[in-house]
Amino acid sequence: MTQTHEQAEHAHPSNRTYVIVAAILGVITAVEVAVFYLDALKPVLVPILLTLSAAKFTMVVGFFMHLKFDSRLYRALFIGPLVVAIAVMMAMFLLYGVFGA
Amino acid sequence: MSQTDAATMEMHSATGLPNRKVLMWAFIGSECMLFGSLIIVYMVYRGKSLVGPYPADLLNIPFITVTTFVLLMSSLMMVLALSAVQRGDMRWGKVWLFMTAFFGMIFLGGQVYEFTHFVHEGLTLQTNLFGGSFFLLTGTHGAHVTVGVIWLLSLFFMAQRGRLTQANAETVEIAGLYWHFVDVVWIVLFTLIYLLV
Repeated sequence: MTQTHEQAEHAHPSNRTYVIVAAILGVITAVEVAVFYLDALKPVLVPILLTLSAAKFTMVVGFFMHLKFDSRLYRALFIGPLVVAIAVMMAMFLLYGVFGA
Repeated sequence: MSQTDAATMEMHSATGLPNRKVLMWAFIGSECMLFGSLIIVYMVYRGKSLVGPYPADLLNIPFITVTTFVLLMSSLMMVLALSAVQRGDMRWGKVWLFMTAFFGMIFLGGQVYEFTHFVHEGLTLQTNLFGGSFFLLTGTHGAHVTVGVIWLLSLFFMAQRGRLTQANAETVEIAGLYWHFVDVVWIVLFTLIYLLV
């Protein structure tokens, strides 16, 4: 089954959406740095920073790279290797005790 | 290749999708593996250096936050460039393409400054495990940014000569995918290298 280019790709976001996404990315970056300097949050620093980083990653890939709107084939080509890379990273981190260090 | 040839090739694509865009996504997938392996090296060696200087002695968080913000905003300019080219507004397309490359150059300038500062402080590739893994990881990313800047400037000069038009919007989109990926990688590196010291 083949799809036409037009069927496979939905309309991309407006410039206004792009500016809003960029503003949110800037705010999240500022929050990341603020969290880094707050001693009270040191015990939960790692999960907070990883969550914020993942949020920024998802927003850039979803909106700026249009993965949220484009064909599922592109999503598979990106997410497949990404999942493999993360799985290998987790396995190596466990093997070398990165989490316990 | 004429635009007609390109359109014919796209129509004959087995997936119904533009072949060049499919290829770029496949390439980006392979790049996930590359950066994943380099991140593994950095994280496994983290905290295992036997001699200094150590990350906490050198890393300048306020400075790198500014360059990170610059790279993030370059991604905004990239999508604005694509949007302008897609609607045939080549004047703004050229402005945003140039600004994206310019912000990329600012980021690279920051990286050159940081590397130079680290070397003056005694950190080289051979100094310790931190030096080797840090320069390998951030240097590979910097090389990718350099390629992106050259690519964007090439598109800008093509547009200046009238060889980049609305009909070639896909060419800009593919360069944009590469540029955003470089940005996405830095989002991860910023957290892992600089904030999780």
